[in-house]
Amino acid sequence: MVQKKQNGPLASYFDNCLEDEFWGEKSWEKAESKIIKETVNMVISKSGLASDAIDYCFAGDLLNQCISSSFGLRELNIPFFGIFGACSTFVEALMLGAIFTEAGAGENILCAASSHFCSAEKQFRFPLELGNQRPPSSQWTVTGSGAAIVSKNGKGPFITCITPGKIVDMGIKDANNMGAAMAPAALDTLLTHFKDTGRNPSYYDAIFTGDLGHIGKEILIELAETKGYNIKSNYNDCGVLIFDKEKQDTHSGR
Amino acid sequence: MKPIETKKDYQDYVDKKSPNSPIIKNCFNAFWVGGLICSIGQIIFNYCKFRGMDVQLSNTIVSIILIGISAFLTGLNLFNKIGKFAGAGSLVPITGFANSIVSPAMEYKSEGYVMGVGGKMFTVAGPVLVFGISASIVVGIVYLIFNTQAITLV
Repeated sequence: MVQKKQNGPLASYFDNCLEDEFWGEKSWEKAESKIIKETVNMVISKSGLASDAIDYCFAGDLLNQCISSSFGLRELNIPFFGIFGACSTFVEALMLGAIFTEAGAGENILCAASSHFCSAEKQFRFPLELGNQRPPSSQWTVTGSGAAIVSKNGKGPFITCITPGKIVDMGIKDANNMGAAMAPAALDTLLTHFKDTGRNPSYYDAIFTGDLGHIGKEILIELAETKGYNIKSNYNDCGVLIFDKEKQDTHSGR
Repeated sequence: MKPIETKKDYQDYVDKKSPNSPIIKNCFNAFWVGGLICSIGQIIFNYCKFRGMDVQLSNTIVSIILIGISAFLTGLNLFNKIGKFAGAGSLVPITGFANSIVSPAMEYKSEGYVMGVGGKMFTVAGPVLVFGISASIVVGIVYLIFNTQAITLV
């Protein structure tokens, strides 16, 4: 895994931290391609598998037509499924990988996702040098990539159960408050999961959401409470964990 | 807390839950930075007048210098820091307009000079130009109508 924010609270857990957002490339898009390529190479070499032992690859990113992953992974020579789930791309890849191995379509499935703060801002928001103010509810896209190999056999950790989320739109139109826009969908997925499995939040050591950020996290805790579930003690959000809100000026997290 | 069922309830709840921008602090910073930029413009203007230039030429020189400074600071990655601090204070004067053209030009340079810089340069400033010029045409037409009336009345 590679991550740009080397002064973030989780920096010591990353395999590689980058000095700048170009990483020797001419554009942010090329840098992002390189980030996912190096990450995937790293996960393959760490797994000890030969690259032709990997049957399929699920990967995606935030850019149009998934250019980072399709250009980054073109030399891999592994059958490739480009996926887009925005913030959920990585988990979507893991889910599909798990279903593929379970169904016997493959032994080892590579799952990867990447994002880049600069290329995402360029595509979705304003130029970086524009002198505007970010509202306190805005979030900060991670520059980095993660990859995993889902295998039929192995020591774990294991994927035992998956609950894909529905699209839940509660009508939030503020593009600078993504946490509030996504929280109802997270709630719906959690409730469906608890209902399906008959488990309670206390069954789990930890419950994580991807990137609701500080505001979305609080909203989810309160919404869950209204539905009769208390997730206060074991729930956390990765977007809250990855940045130090005060030191790194990222406002509301990832 | 009551369960939230409708979109409107949720919107109200989110509005309450989301922190507001620090309006008083933002206004104060916008006020003094904007005032400072305008004062710099006035100083340049007075100096031009002092050197014997007429009003129109002095105005043009003020605009050119402020645009030049703003574009230069944008290139040094400094203007966005001023903008983050001052908000509308640096955005509303002509400095903000210069920044809104230079910043996409820099951003899209990686896509080439013609389709990148040339094509995307006005992505931020474009609406201002379109509606600014359209409004000036409307005002011109209104002026023309009233002016001819004035002439015929005489």
